[in-house]
This record gives sequence, structure tokens and C-alpha cells, in this order.
Amino acid sequence: MPGQKNTDSDNPILRITDLKKSFGNFTVLKDINLDVQKGETVVLLGKSGTGKSVILQCIIGLLYPTEGKIEVFGKEFISLPEKEKNLIRRRIGFLFQSGALYDSMTVRQNLEFPVIRQPDYENQNLEEKVEETLKNVSLLESIDKMPSELSGGMKKRIGLARTLMLDPEIILYDEPTTGLDPVTSNEISLLILDMQKKFNVTSLIVTHDMACAKLVSDRIVVLKEGTLAAEGSFDELKNSDDEFVKGFFEFE
Amino acid sequence: MSDSAVNKSGKIFKVELPISVQDTLIKISSLFYFALRNIRELLKPPYEIKETLKQFYQIGYKSFSLIAVTGFIIGLTLTLQSIPTLNKFGASSLVPSMVALAIILEIGPVITALIFAGKIGSGIGAELGSMKVTEQIDAMEVSGCNPFKYLVVTRVTAATLMLPLLVILADMIALMGGYIAFSITESSSLKSYLLSSLTNIEMRDIIPATIKTFLFGFSIGVVGCFEGYNADRGTESVGIAANTAVVISSLLVILIDMLMVQVTSIIF
Repeated sequence: MPGQKNTDSDNPILRITDLKKSFGNFTVLKDINLDVQKGETVVLLGKSGTGKSVILQCIIGLLYPTEGKIEVFGKEFISLPEKEKNLIRRRIGFLFQSGALYDSMTVRQNLEFPVIRQPDYENQNLEEKVEETLKNVSLLESIDKMPSELSGGMKKRIGLARTLMLDPEIILYDEPTTGLDPVTSNEISLLILDMQKKFNVTSLIVTHDMACAKLVSDRIVVLKEGTLAAEGSFDELKNSDDEFVKGFFEFE
Repeated sequence: MSDSAVNKSGKIFKVELPISVQDTLIKISSLFYFALRNIRELLKPPYEIKETLKQFYQIGYKSFSLIAVTGFIIGLTLTLQSIPTLNKFGASSLVPSMVALAIILEIGPVITALIFAGKIGSGIGAELGSMKVTEQIDAMEVSGCNPFKYLVVTRVTAATLMLPLLVILADMIALMGGYIAFSITESSSLKSYLLSSLTNIEMRDIIPATIKTFLFGFSIGVVGCFEGYNADRGTESVGIAANTAVVISSLLVILIDMLMVQVTSIIF
């Protein structure tokens, strides 16, 4: 299994307590409680539009919870001043569904962008670091390409490489294999697994891809109607009696 | 939004504003806050000098040819249309002076700013709107960078500083256009044309006309960035952001011009 997990359940690296999120009169998340331990890989399953990505966006602070508390590294960082918030944010990687590469910059500039803007940045070995990170995602040859020259799978790999540039302790993946063919999806899943082994990062992955979930997850939580409906390992949930949970595993 | 107030008889009555008015007021206050945030972020280090210089080139240099052609044509046509009218009063010698005053005080700054709003306001609105829709702005934010400083402050600074320069260039080229038109019908050397053009222009005319161009540039930059930065999700919103940026910034140019004329007539 990937990484070494810290089983100290009183000090989770990420703790979500009574999270509620509404957009106008529409409540997406009703009551979410989730602890993620250091080094653990948790997959978040759920039907489209049930608010899985909203949870990730609330964790990173792109959205503000309507109610509830999110603690990362033991701190409720969203309410901190911008400077302190950014210091914590750099320890959390976020892989967007689209890759969200800066399309006016080359791959090299994409990777350099977040690093050179950190307050403690020193111009040491940046080029080496960029090359090493691109080697990790097997795309060193694309270093001077523009994002428009890359395929969907390559964009996700570069997105992951950009995330890794800041040596994150937690990575949030928003549907990392969506829109890719099965072979490329498997490559991305293996890459996620590889990154976990190498860097022992904690991961929270939103996906519909059961092959990916099977390969990378330590634990799966299932989201239903704004609450967490089930929780367990891949095999435990596969044998669940709950019709809703079973539905995700029928085509596995 | 509802406001409570107490009337003369001491009874409390409620004022319910229509939704469209509420939305407009909210948008105006958001735009105002956005402009203030821009000033605050501008003063705080670190500074995005490389990106700002790039924007000087994109916003300033790349607008030069369009502004130059427009300025030339305006100077030319304004002169051509003024000559017959003033000839009727035997005052054709006043044409250079009248054209120069019109161009430097009003037509140069306003027309240049409106063209600038069309080109730069829409460009910034579409660019940032597209970045918002494709989550590039979110990606900057989650990596602990400051997208506002990198995207907004650089573009607003470039627009604020480049528009006055473009107006000065447009004015000079418009005067040249005016000279060409004038020399077709009247015999005059360039030197005497320029001398008679500038005779009636004083510093108290030039200073307010220049100050307002900074305000035009600032408002065009802020509105373009505001619309793009706050674009909704979806490709349609990119077009809406670009379009709204042009409409609002053009309107602001006219409003600022009107206000500045009133203010400067009191001060100068």
C-alpha cells in the first residue's frame, strides 16, 4: 500500500467537521465529517453534481464553507490573513480537472511560476528542479512546449508536476483521469501511486474511475445527498449491501 | 436589500429597491473596492516588474499604429471641415489654432481613450475571463501566489501610464494631419502652422487635459480587469466580460471627461 500512514487519529493532517455549503437556496453539502491521516490516500466517490469538487475547493479556500470547520495541519487556515494563508496553501497541492496550465507560458515557465513567487524563494537549482520534476512525470522532452501542443493526459501530468514543484504534503486531485482513454487513465493512476510512494504525500482524490480508486486508495468515502453515506476499503465497499454503494462497483 | 427609515410622523417605513438597482449598486461598490485593492496591492512588495514591462509593450506599443492612424485622420478631417466654415467669416487663419485647441483639450484624449477602451478593455476582459473560465486564476491562487498582483496590477499600471503617452502621440500626429489638410488650401510652412496652432494654448489647458488621460487609462484598465477577473464559468461569459468591459469603460471615459471639465474649470 502506498506511503507510510500516521495512525494518530487525534491529530489528522486534514479534519473536516460539520461542513455545510450552500449556493443561494441550494444546499450542496449538508453535513460532512472526515478525517484524513498523514500519508493516507482517500478517494471520494459520488454521483456527478453531489459536491465532491466543492469539498476540495472548500479545503483549499477557493470556496468558503457556509457552516462548519476545516482544519489542515491543525489550523483553520481559511480565516487567516492572506500571507499566512498562502504559506499553508503552498503545502497543499491541487490538481485541477483540466490541468489549468497557464496557456501563455511554456511548460518550464508553468513549473517555475509558483516557485519564484514564494516569499522565501532563492534562485538555487531551479532549472535542475524543473528537469527533475518533469522526469518524475516522464515528460522532460516537453519542457519548452506550449500547453496547446500537449495532449489531455500530458496536460494532467504537467499539472501534477507543477503541483509537485512546491513539495506539497497534501495533494487534492479533482477527477485526475476524467476524459482520458483507459490506457492513459491507468498511466495517471500509476503516476499518482508512484508520487505517493516517492514523496509520502497525503492524497484526497475525487474520481468516478473505479480502476483508479482500486489502484490508489487506502480508504474510500461515498458521498450521497450532501452527506457521507459509506466509508471503507475498496473491497469492503465492493461487498456492501447498500444498493447505492454497490452501484459504483457494478461495472468494476 | 431593504432600507428602513423613520418619516416625520415617527412611523418606520421600508424602502425596497428593485433587484436591477440592487445589482447595479452592488456592482458599482465591487468595482470601487476592486480599484482600491489595486492601489493597495500596487504599493505592497514584491513587484511584478517583468510582467509590467511586458504589459507596457502589449498595451502601449501594440496600440500605437491604430492610435496613430486614427489621430492622423481626425486631424485631417477636422481641418478640412473647418476651413470652409471659417472661410465664410474670413477667418481661415484661425483654423490651426482652433483645430489644435479642439484636439489637445478634447478630441485627442477622448477619441484615443475610446479607441483604447475598445482595443485594450476588450482584450483584457477576454484574456482574464478566459483564464478565469479555464481555472488558471484559481491555479495561481491555490499555489500561494497572488493572481491579483500578477494579472490586475500589472495591466492597470500599464493602461494608466501608456494611455497618456498614446494621447500625446495622437495629438502630435493629428496636428500633422491638420497641417497637411491646411497646406492643401492655404499656403503655410510647417513652422508657421505650428506657431499659430500653439499660440492660444497654455499650460493651464495642457495640464488638466493630461491629468484626465491618466484617469481614463486607470478606469479602462480597472474595468477590463474587473470584468475578466469576475467572469462566470462558461465560454459565453468570456464574450460578455469583453463586451461589458468596453461598454462600461467607454461610458466611464465620457463621465470622467465631463467631471474633469467641471473640476478643472474651477481649479485652473
